[in-house]
Amino acid sequence: MTLLSGRGLNLDFGGITALADVDVDLWPGEMLAIVGESGSGKTTLLNVLSGRLAPDAGVVWYRDPNDHRHDVHAMPAPALRTLHRSDWGFVHQDPRQNLRMAVSAGGNVGERLMAQGARHYGDIRGAALDWLAQVEIDANRIDDLPRTFSGGMLQRLQIARTLVTHPRLVFMDEPTGGLDVSVQARLLDLIRSLVARLRIAVVLVTHDIAVARLLAHRIAVMQRGRIVETGLTDQVLDDPRHPYTQLLVSSVLSA
Amino acid sequence: MKGYNFAYLDEQTKRMIRRGLLKAVAVPGHQVPFGSREMPLPYGWGTGGIQVTASILGAEDVLKVIDQGADDTTNAVSIRRFFARTAGVRTTTATAEATVIQTRHRIPEKQLREDQIIVYQVPQPEPLYRLEPSRVETQRMHGLADYGLMHVKLYEDIARFGQISISYDYPVMVNERYLMSPSPIPAFDNPKMDMMPALQLFGAGREKRIYAIPPWTRVRSLDFVDHPFRAINAPHPCGVCGATDSYLDEIVTDDRGGRLFVCSDTDHCAERREAAT
Repeated sequence: MTLLSGRGLNLDFGGITALADVDVDLWPGEMLAIVGESGSGKTTLLNVLSGRLAPDAGVVWYRDPNDHRHDVHAMPAPALRTLHRSDWGFVHQDPRQNLRMAVSAGGNVGERLMAQGARHYGDIRGAALDWLAQVEIDANRIDDLPRTFSGGMLQRLQIARTLVTHPRLVFMDEPTGGLDVSVQARLLDLIRSLVARLRIAVVLVTHDIAVARLLAHRIAVMQRGRIVETGLTDQVLDDPRHPYTQLLVSSVLSA
Repeated sequence: MKGYNFAYLDEQTKRMIRRGLLKAVAVPGHQVPFGSREMPLPYGWGTGGIQVTASILGAEDVLKVIDQGADDTTNAVSIRRFFARTAGVRTTTATAEATVIQTRHRIPEKQLREDQIIVYQVPQPEPLYRLEPSRVETQRMHGLADYGLMHVKLYEDIARFGQISISYDYPVMVNERYLMSPSPIPAFDNPKMDMMPALQLFGAGREKRIYAIPPWTRVRSLDFVDHPFRAINAPHPCGVCGATDSYLDEIVTDDRGGRLFVCSDTDHCAERREAAT
């Protein structure tokens, strides 16, 4: 049973085709990477799948824990908002887009809990401490403002803030972009272990083939708004069929 | 007064404000926009409150105006005199005698009755103002009753100071639906708003918003289960009347550290002193 599926998604921005007949499926606990060069429609697809951007044509289905199917773009705004802050999460490339920079680390992690109705300070603080530990942020930084954090710490804080409500589905837009290589490696490791342990399904957008190979179970390659190839990650990357995928794979620099 | 309409504002404006007030009473705690007029006093001095008062005032009404609890400060005196001249209504300093009470920063200590209306002057009607800069977004949050952010502010206070440090303008939930700013009254006065028999009207002139709490409506101050709401007051009796249950002002009496704590509600204090003699 798919958790999330897109069927016949089309979207034009004026004369520019952003999505053309895109079909996507995501199963529970699976990590799907969407790769392709800049402008190929990866982020647009992510926004359409997460209900933040309406397609011109096509449907996005989401299956909730009670096994009901919802048309994401036909959902009432309050329901979609509730979904976004409980069952779903969104990890941005720039953590500053998601975090509240004037609120302490603990407050940032606790916000989703409070939005869901948590009204016990001790419990909220306990959960924040627990999550900071899980993303390897020192407990004595709990009352510090995010602006005193490094780039890698900010990204880990964003992940803690997103996962605190135990979402079933997380959208990630280039979560390791803009970080230096060693920080990237630690972060990838962290994401992989958290996602595997909590059995979260992830749609991951990246232009970095190496990130996709490390994290994703399945991969979809996009070019000019179309998915040109899809399959198991190793299969696609080791034996690319579409000429564009072959080009992408062969253009990766090896250190 | 010649040359002016009754209570200064023209009848069309009063009708517009009354329509706003009716809507505000129908949706307790919801901010209703209105076409705020230029008034002959500066913004921040009660232009919102004065317009609400002008539009509900009748010839038979008795008006009391308080500023920080006192009847004799500049703002209170000038607004009281303004309506005495433009509407010719009777004014008073006694809470029990008044039918309309316009207030800045306090609720009178004496329990209000069903036949009274209290009008608050509000500088900033949006309780989420300091937390979310976008008005579009705060309106969406009110629409969806999405108030987690306000609790983030309370969380931050406890994390930083060990307690909720908001001492005035303490946010409240009205009728378990709308988050509302009670105007800059001390948190001490918040419990008085809950199930108050009198009608409570709020006017923000510069921000062009009106809101209301109908009589007998639940008003709950936000808090955490393990950090419940506390009304903060100076731990002294009043230095003049000896009251221990009223809100106190601290007055510096000399330059050698002398201090006097007195009731901020001057009418309440005077009444108690009269009763004692």
